[in-house]
Amino acid sequence: MAFNHKHLIDIREYSADDIMLLLETAQRFKQINERRIKKVPTLKGFTVVNMFNEPSTRTRSSFEIAEKRLSCDVLNFGGSSTSSVKGESLTDTVETLCSYKIDMIVVRDKHAGVPRKIADTVDAHVIDAGDGKHQHPTQALLDLYSIWQQFGHIEGLRVGIVGDISHSRVCGSLIPSLKTLGAHVTIIAPPTLIPLNPEVLGVDEVSLKLDEVLPSLDVVYMLRIQRERLEGAPFPSLREYHMLFGLTKERDALMKPEAIICHPGPINRGVELDSYMADNPARSVILDQVYAGVLVRMAALYLLLGGNEQ
Amino acid sequence: MVDISQAKSICMDASEVDRALTRIAHQILEANKGASDVALVGIVTRGDTLAMRLRDIIRDIEGIEVPLGKLDISFYRDDFATYISPELLNTDIPFDIDGLHVVLVDDVLYTGRTIRAALDALMDIGRPACVQLAVLADRGHRELPIRADYVGKNIPSSSSENVRLYLEEIDGITAMAIFDIAPGSRPGSAPLPQKGGER
Repeated sequence: MAFNHKHLIDIREYSADDIMLLLETAQRFKQINERRIKKVPTLKGFTVVNMFNEPSTRTRSSFEIAEKRLSCDVLNFGGSSTSSVKGESLTDTVETLCSYKIDMIVVRDKHAGVPRKIADTVDAHVIDAGDGKHQHPTQALLDLYSIWQQFGHIEGLRVGIVGDISHSRVCGSLIPSLKTLGAHVTIIAPPTLIPLNPEVLGVDEVSLKLDEVLPSLDVVYMLRIQRERLEGAPFPSLREYHMLFGLTKERDALMKPEAIICHPGPINRGVELDSYMADNPARSVILDQVYAGVLVRMAALYLLLGGNEQ
Repeated sequence: MVDISQAKSICMDASEVDRALTRIAHQILEANKGASDVALVGIVTRGDTLAMRLRDIIRDIEGIEVPLGKLDISFYRDDFATYISPELLNTDIPFDIDGLHVVLVDDVLYTGRTIRAALDALMDIGRPACVQLAVLADRGHRELPIRADYVGKNIPSSSSENVRLYLEEIDGITAMAIFDIAPGSRPGSAPLPQKGGER
């Protein structure tokens, strides 16, 4: 095994072996997160900057916990405190940060491509924590981890992703990585929320009818309806969306007995997901996904920062 | 079955390993006045298998099954910046170590850096009454003030050599052997997994 990556920006650059190594490494960190002293000295002396230029609660807190449990020094940066508000360019900002001799930048930005731009500009390692509608690789990793933990494998599973595919950076990373690992992926949404060329993402099937696909799925991945991005009125009402594409209590009967429900959070209860389904312990792995977020981010920090010096 | 024909010399064969472990088991029981407070924690890989063998020997002598755990020190290593282990290991200590006489078990004691890391890892898990160290071989060249309480055999070696333990349970053969370090390879006691093999 060789892990020859400096950055985690585009999950499509990661082979099946690379992804499995990340998931298996994440599993090793479980034991540390479940004991009284939830910290190891592994990354002592490494400085990581969390540069979140867009609001985020769970991704940012999950990264910060992962960094602290590996003994990194953490600098949180972004929001209204960024110098971009004062007109500074992105390049100048990251070059300033790198003058502090930092080792890694974890970046969230509303513009696609910002993590790549940073990686091209400075010498630090870069992790993409979500860029525009492009990618969100650590979200995909935590989804893969949760699915892998449930089924013991990913190859051959039938995964249905339901909702706003076209605005989703989660899909940008999740679909290609599911394909890398050999899953069968169907996207299910109203036509207005399906991207123009879904085959670019690598999906196997596109469906407009949840009820037709639901009985065949092992994993039902519900995307959040991003109310803030619905200005083009892609469907008549949230109520209609809920009736046609929401995972309701009634649809439970259509699902395979062993099928699981994933959601990247935060949930719009009563829109894409009924509370009955979101809180159903036999199906919902949503809280497992949140926990997996810490594990896979620890694995990414460990594998990207380790073993690089000569 | 592992091929050890490349070895410069075999310093312990299977029966010597057995006899050394039996002696160490007796010494552990003598020093701790029985087995009631003793727990064995083996350092992966090889140390955990040796700890398992010691537990079986102690059970035969004393009739007590002492708690057995294994410790992965990857996250406590001092060479993380230059090297990360290709092996996927795990810590599994399914009992509370507080107040116990913990015997750390490893195959070869060399620089002492592994034991330094193991002590840190152990202290993050609990607060044992004491920690003792049992090793099958002590090859010298210490870089830290660390010594073993129980030693199977002292094996004088050069730092251009590797002392490796092979165990029946893992390698299909039991022997302690000395190799020359091939150019470009890392010193270290545990044989690394074959390329392309099980990760």
